[in-house]
Amino acid sequence: MQFFPFAVMAWILAVGLYGIVTSRHLVHQIVCLIVVQSSTYVLLLGVGYRRGAAAPYFYDIPVHTPAVDPVVQALALTDVVVEAAVTALLLAFAIQAQKRFGTLDPQELVQFKG
Amino acid sequence: MTPAARRWVFLAGAAGFAAFLLWGLTGLPGFGGYPGPYGDIINRVAVAQTNATGVVSAINFEYRGFDTVGEEFILFTAAIGVATVLRHLRGERERAARDGAMDRDAPPVSEAVRLVSLVLVGPVFLVGWYLASHAQTSPSGGFQGGVVLATGFVLIYLAGEFLVFKRISPVDITDAVGAVGAGGFAAVGVTALAMGLPYLFNFLPLGSAPGAVSSSGTIALISFFVGIEVAAAFVLIVSELLEQTLLVRQERP
Repeated sequence: MQFFPFAVMAWILAVGLYGIVTSRHLVHQIVCLIVVQSSTYVLLLGVGYRRGAAAPYFYDIPVHTPAVDPVVQALALTDVVVEAAVTALLLAFAIQAQKRFGTLDPQELVQFKG
Repeated sequence: MTPAARRWVFLAGAAGFAAFLLWGLTGLPGFGGYPGPYGDIINRVAVAQTNATGVVSAINFEYRGFDTVGEEFILFTAAIGVATVLRHLRGERERAARDGAMDRDAPPVSEAVRLVSLVLVGPVFLVGWYLASHAQTSPSGGFQGGVVLATGFVLIYLAGEFLVFKRISPVDITDAVGAVGAGGFAAVGVTALAMGLPYLFNFLPLGSAPGAVSSSGTIALISFFVGIEVAAAFVLIVSELLEQTLLVRQERP
């Protein structure tokens, strides 16, 4: 099972996409998008993992201790920030959709224009 | 397209996607055996170059600092975007929210929730401050610390009333604090330029030894600016969204 963590990533991605496609509520759809994005955390941290290595913090361990890849961890941080920003904006749009059209069902919303 | 048809189209696409994905996954280096050179190189040189023992922070605020400016401004822009999308539109007016269930009173905030929130406010602010100011030594940094600081404000909302929350975090002041945080990061870079150094060059003294809070030069400074910017952005986003639930805006009939 050398690539099991990557299969977990693929599963989280697929479950989230399925939720987006079949969603009947915009807030549920936004949560599904968060699930999709969570798969990228698993991928990034899984890619940088090294068996038996320490965390890349050399506060109380010697500098030459083998450590996991810090670059992908920094990328995961960016990922989280972008997700928070996107989620906040999408929720604001959902509020406006509810106010303007009185529904949050994406399949009803496609009938409205403008 | 009917929901059933949509589902079948998705399943067909997902099957093809899964086949390609599995094919690709089997070609990856096994889990735990990543051979990437960049992480190893940075792990070896970062502590000596920056005096920061937290290599992830060293990457975020030093090696990849230019990227992180953009990242910080993504959050800044998103907060502005939320405020813009939820602004007062013509023909809208505010009225106090009414409970949808008219046959019973809205339950008051439970005393237990108020007590726990009040007890947690102090420690949460302390942890947030610690995280935002210790990026250089331990797994923390401005982004994490800023979110925890914003949580402290939300706890005050839980313990009291929305009006208290608004009084301690008025939009004008939140905006200004956020701008100082975002601008401070950029100003650190411009200061380096003014000194004839590359943008975001670490121009401050690196401190005596790795692991000291005062070490790592601009890494600690930038992390602090990011911390207050993130805290302000989240307080702004949360208060905009809360305002929507507590003061429903209605189209004028």
